[in-house]
Amino acid sequence: MARWTPATLEADRWETPTARTLVLSVPGWTGHRPGQHVDVRLRAEDGYTAERSYSIASASAPDRLELTVQLDPDGEVSPYLVGDFAVGDRVEVRGPLGGWFVWDTTAPDPVVLIGGGSGIVPLMAMVRERHRTGSRALFRLLYSLRTPEDRYYRTELGPAADPGVDVFVAYTRTAPPGSARGPERLSVADLNTHGFPAEFAPVCFVCGPTGFVETAADGLLALGHAPDRIRTERYGAGGRR
Amino acid sequence: MNLITRGFHGRRGGDPTRIPPGQYETHDFPVLTVGPTPRVDTDTWTFTITTETGARHTWTWEQLLALPQESPHTDIHCVTRWSKLDTDWTGVSLDTLLEDVETTAEYALAHSHGGYTTDLPLQDLTDGQAWIAHTFDGHPLDPEHGGPARLLVPHLYFWKSAKWISGLTLLDEDEPGFWEQAGYHDYGDPWREQRYRGD
Amino acid sequence: MSTPATHLDGNVLAGPLSEVFAVDVTAAERHCAHCGDHGAFARLRVYTDGPGLVVRCPGCEVLVLRLVRTPRGLVLDLGGTGCITLPVDD
Repeated sequence: MARWTPATLEADRWETPTARTLVLSVPGWTGHRPGQHVDVRLRAEDGYTAERSYSIASASAPDRLELTVQLDPDGEVSPYLVGDFAVGDRVEVRGPLGGWFVWDTTAPDPVVLIGGGSGIVPLMAMVRERHRTGSRALFRLLYSLRTPEDRYYRTELGPAADPGVDVFVAYTRTAPPGSARGPERLSVADLNTHGFPAEFAPVCFVCGPTGFVETAADGLLALGHAPDRIRTERYGAGGRR
Repeated sequence: MNLITRGFHGRRGGDPTRIPPGQYETHDFPVLTVGPTPRVDTDTWTFTITTETGARHTWTWEQLLALPQESPHTDIHCVTRWSKLDTDWTGVSLDTLLEDVETTAEYALAHSHGGYTTDLPLQDLTDGQAWIAHTFDGHPLDPEHGGPARLLVPHLYFWKSAKWISGLTLLDEDEPGFWEQAGYHDYGDPWREQRYRGD
Repeated sequence: MSTPATHLDGNVLAGPLSEVFAVDVTAAERHCAHCGDHGAFARLRVYTDGPGLVVRCPGCEVLVLRLVRTPRGLVLDLGGTGCITLPVDD
C-alpha cells in the first residue's frame, strides 16, 4: 500500500501566469517511472481534507519530485496550490502511482507523445527521463494548446533542444505572428505528418482533456496504429483529474 | 499523523440558515454522473408506480403534462458538498401521482433509466415534499441534469433526487439503492449531515 | 440510447485501490463477463464526480467497481461482472 508522506515546497517556477511548477522535497522518495502520478492531500486546521491527483513532471530523483499545477479559478485545490502554497508549507503525497501510463526507459521503440494543454505534464516527465537515462529511443512530441501564452516548458521543449526529440506545437486558438500554420485543432493529418508511421510500431501516449484524448486516439487508430500501442490518460476540467 | 497544510481552508461555508453544515454555495449546476447520460425519448417515456401488491400505475409524457403542474422554488444540497440556492422547477407533485394509489407501504425505491436506484421513506415523497420535475429555470430539463424528468426531493441530499426517473416501487421493507448499498445514508438529511450510514 | 458522459481512465484508481490491493491494479488485465471486452484495467471508464468512484467497462458500460470512502472504512463493490488478472512476482 502506498503511504501518505509529507512533502515540503522547496522552490517553484512559473510556466505561465496560471501554471506553477512545485518543487517538492519528499524525504524517503525513491524515484518514479515517467508517466506516473501522485495523489496529493491537503488538510485544513479543522480536519477537512481534499485529495487530488497530479502527474509528476520531473525525471526520477531521490527525495524530490516536481508537479505542474494549472489554475482552475473555480476549483478548490488548484487556487491554493498555485496562489497560496508557500515555500516551506507542507502537503501529503501518496505514490508513485500507476503502472500503465508509463514509458519503459529500456525499450528501444520509437515513441509518439500527444499532449493537450496541461496533458503535457506526464509527457514532459518522459522527455526528461529519456535525457536522464541516456535512452536513444526516438521521440516525437505533438503539443496542442490554445495560445502561445499557455505554453509550458518553453526552453526545454524549445527549438532543437534535443535532436532525438522532435517537437510540433499546434495552436488551436491563437497562433504566433508569422507562423505558417493558422490556429486549428490537431488533425489526423498532423498526427500523420508529425508522428511516426504505424509500420514503425511506436508506442503512443496521449494525455489531455477527455474530448482531446478521444479525438487523438481515434486519429491514431485511423492511421493504423494498434490499439494496444496507444495509452491514454484523461483528466477532468477542474484540476488534474 | 495529521499534517495540516497551512493556509488551506477548502471551500466551505455561507449563510448558516441556508447552507447546511459541511456544504459550500455554488452558482454553477455541477453535473454528477455514475455512467453515460441516457437519452430518453418523451414519445416512449413512461413513469410507473408499482405498489407492494404488484398493482401498476403508469403515466405517459402527455398524461404527466396534463396533470396539475407546480413550480417549487427551493434550495438543493449535494452530498459532494455543493449547495445551490433559489432553484426553480416545474413538475407534478407526488401527492397528485399517489392520489389514486392504494398502498400501506412505508418505503419507496426510485428507479432510473440507466439502472440507478435510490430508496426513501414514502412519507418523504408526500405532503408537498417531492415532484417529478421536467423543467428547470424555465427550460426543459437537460439530459445531463436528468431530463426529460427527474425526481425532486429537495429536503434530502440530492442523490435521492434520481435523474432520468422511470418509476417508483413501493415496499414494506427498505431496500438500499445504488449509493446506499455502497455506504451512504439511507435517509440523507443535509441539516443533520447524514452523509454515510451510521452518521 | 446513450452518449458518453465525462469519465476518466482507470489510471486514476491507482491511489485509492492501493489501499486495498498490494499490487498495482491499473496494469491488471480485465476480462468482461458481460461483453467479452478485455484489456488493461487502466482502460476502464471511471466516473469521479459522484459521491464515490464508479468504474464501468469501456465495451458495454456494465458496472465493474464502486468505491466509497466512509468514516467506517472503504466500501468496495467488485460488481461481479468479470475477472481480473493481477501481476504478481513469482
